[in-house]
This record gives sequence, C-alpha cells and structure tokens, in this order.
Amino acid sequence: MKRRQELALGGLGVLLAFGACEAVGRAGIVRRGYLPPASEVLARAVELAGDSAFITGIVATLRAWALGLGLAIVLAVPLGLLLGSVPIVDSAVRVIVEFLRPLPSVALIPLVSLLLGTGTETKVALIVYASVWPILLNTIHGLGETDPLAKDTLRAFGFGRLSVLLRVELPATAPFIAAGVRISAAIALILAVATEILSGFGEGLGIFMAQASLATDGTRDVLAGVLWAGTIGLTVNSVLVRAERRLFPWTPDRRAAA
Amino acid sequence: MTLRLDALGQRYGDHPVLHDITLTVPDGQLLCVVGPSGCGKSTLLRTVAGLQPAREGTITLDDAPVTGVPDHLAVVFQDYGRSLFPWLTVRDNVALPLRRRGLARAARRAEADRILERVGLDGTARRHPWQLSGGMQQRVAIARALVCRPSLLLMDEPFGSLDAQTREDLEDLLLEVHRTDATTIVFVTHDIDESVYVGDRVVVLSPGPASRVVLDLPVELPGKRDQIGTRRLPEFVALRSEVGRVVRGA
Repeated sequence: MKRRQELALGGLGVLLAFGACEAVGRAGIVRRGYLPPASEVLARAVELAGDSAFITGIVATLRAWALGLGLAIVLAVPLGLLLGSVPIVDSAVRVIVEFLRPLPSVALIPLVSLLLGTGTETKVALIVYASVWPILLNTIHGLGETDPLAKDTLRAFGFGRLSVLLRVELPATAPFIAAGVRISAAIALILAVATEILSGFGEGLGIFMAQASLATDGTRDVLAGVLWAGTIGLTVNSVLVRAERRLFPWTPDRRAAA
Repeated sequence: MTLRLDALGQRYGDHPVLHDITLTVPDGQLLCVVGPSGCGKSTLLRTVAGLQPAREGTITLDDAPVTGVPDHLAVVFQDYGRSLFPWLTVRDNVALPLRRRGLARAARRAEADRILERVGLDGTARRHPWQLSGGMQQRVAIARALVCRPSLLLMDEPFGSLDAQTREDLEDLLLEVHRTDATTIVFVTHDIDESVYVGDRVVVLSPGPASRVVLDLPVELPGKRDQIGTRRLPEFVALRSEVGRVVRGA
C-alpha cells in the first residue's frame, strides 16, 4: 500500500471515530456529564496544554517513565547478553525468569506501594519490573539468531570470545533489542499512569485523571487525560520506529524497501 | 608458509567426514581442493582454520603444530552476504582485522583504502556492503582477507554464487594477488574448470563419508593465464578431463 493511501485511510478512520463519539455525545443517548462530545474533550485537552499544574504532572509522569525505561535497558541488556551467551547461567536463571515474567505487574502496585510509599520510587520500580522482560527476552533471542558464519569470520581473524560478543553478536542483536525497547516503552507508560491512578496522590497524569474521576462531571477531564496518554504513546512509538529505521537500515525488510 | 596435514581426520559425532588426509602445501602454492558436494571440502578448510579441532592427525604451519586459529590466517567464505558485517561501512569491514595489530584509526583507514583500490573498489569505502552488487561484495571480502597480509589464505568456494563474467574477473584478481604476494592459498571449489584455471595444483577428494585424497595433480600450464587463451590450450583441456574423470568416477 502506498504511504499516501495509508495516511488517508488512517485519517479517515480517526474522523469516523471522532464523528461517532461526537454524535453519541450530542444525541442525548447518554447524559452529557457521563459522555461529553468529542469536540469538548478535544478542546479541554488543548486547554490543558496551557495549564501549568497539568504540565508539571505530565513532566513528572514522563520523568518516571524515562528513568524506569532507562534503568530497565541498563539492567536487561547486559543480563540478556550474559544469559544468551553462557548456557549454564541461562539454565540456572531460566526457571526464575519464567516464574516472574507472567506475574501481572499491575497486581504488584499495592505491594510495592506498601514497601516504597507512593512516590517516584514506586512508579520507577514497577516500570523497571514490567519493562525488563521484553528487552531481556529480545536480547536473548537476538543472540541466538546471530549468524554463526559472521562469528566464524571474526574468529578466523584471530579475535577472541569477548570481541565476537561485542563486535558481532551485540550489533547483530541491536535491532532485536531496539524492538524490545519499543514494546517496553509502551508498557512503561501504562505502568506509570496505572501506578499514579491506583496510588492516588502526588503528581502526574494518572493523578490528574484519578482526581478528575472523583469530581462531579469530571468525565471530560478524565477523557482529556486519556487523550494525552494516547498521544504520548503514539508519539513515543513513532519516534522509536523512526529511530530503528535510521539506526538499522540493513535489516532485511528495510533493505528490500531501500 | 608451508602447511602440512598429517593423517588428518574429522568427524561429526560418529559420522566420519575426512579420513587420513596427508598433504604438504609448500610456501606460496595455490592449492585447489575439488570434490563432489558433501565430501567435506568445507570441513577440511574449517579444520585448517582452527574453527573446529581436528579429531585425528596433526596440522603444522612451518613445522609448528596448529592448535586453535593460526596467526596470519585469513578466510574468505562463499556467502559474502553473511560474512560481511552490514552495520559497518565497506572501509570499516576491511579495516576490522587490523584492530588486532594495534594500528591507530587513521592508519587502519589508510591501509583499508589502499587495499580497496587494489581490488578495484576505490570510491566505495563509505558505502555499506549491502548497497553493492554480489561481485563487489566478494571483492570487499577479499580485500578484508588481504589487509593483514596473511601468510595463509583459505577460500571456501568464494566465487560459487557469482555470475560467470564476475567469477572470471575475480579468478583473475586472485591470480594477480597470488603472483604479487606469493601467499600460500588453499582454494576449495566444486568447479573443475575453475580449479585447473586458478590452481598450481589440484587435489580431488572422494565422496563422503570418510573422504580421502584420490588425485593429486600438479597444474603445469605455460605462460601467464588468461580466460580465453588458457582454457583453449590442449594442456588445460587434458588436465580438466583428468580431474573431471576422477571427480565423477571417484
């Protein structure tokens, strides 16, 4: 499909959804306080951009998001390289990984809040916990996919095990790691907002939404917050997709397009 | 550098691949190893390269026993697409082996550019391998192999996936390099014509399992070789027929 066609169809989809929400809101099927028309939500979201308290909250959420995601990368990549290249360690740790991984991180919010309080530490800890898995597993998977011939080439030039890891396996795995980071970026945003909503005080986008939900006719503010969360997620994702294209132009699907 | 294989044997588990290979490749010789596919030609090369340990027998280089990857070795594989690193530019791919020599960055680059010019790739230094044609990519792999001035060059069907014209150009490039550098070269191929055209000597392996040497033939062709003239010589035709007969009959 052509890029222009894709954009046009995407735009059409957004317009239709927007129109449907607007119509439901205005038709009086539900009370306006429960579901305000889309245009009002959009106007409120734009208005919030000028609200310094709201922006401070957004910055707090994004700071926790970036810190948590950054820590997850710093932890997961070296650990993945270790597990992916030393089979003994991998066998020893695999059971623990497979036990912890399916635990829903949102379910840990009350426990971690109890231990760390309701501040940034809780948010960051939960973000790190949830974001580590996709990066870790993608790193291990990528290492396994490294072409043995590429490794042999470097070995035949007299390079040792560590050089092969750093000069062949790591760059060959980088596109997998980046894809893991992109998945984790979305998860981290979910955890940041969810932790704020459930912990209920402090500052952040989730706090704004939690407090708005308690106010009478607060639905408009809650939905405006949702709109902001969605926009942030969309922006982060497209920035990362672009970065991947720029950084790894050699991966087969992109090479075909070039 | 003189390469000596003494009763070399190789196996995968219980499956024998090579049996009792005894060969001496004198310094500066270009030895072609021919055989039907699956006869263990590549395994022989990988074993000499130290990428897998020999199960039986010994390998010596200038009378020193080989354990692991020997120094001053370079290898060119058939599959340039997998053996060149796509994240590096052509120049950085070629300069990579020089990192072990403790050369400064500028010196590495200068050396890489010099060798790229030699293989006819000047002007491609800043591109990436996957932006080049197959023939050019294999030239990059050859440049990378030559950059360290190896004393032993191993080539595993290096021109096997190239079109006829490109293959002939690269055969002549190899002969030119060999004339100038007098490197000891072991060249594995399944192409009988190619083995006679580039080789100083052709060795034929029997079909597996447990391949052994069934023909060891010096190639004595008059004058400098060229693609049209040499292939028409009666000596060339006779050698090719002999090798062909053994490969098919073996």
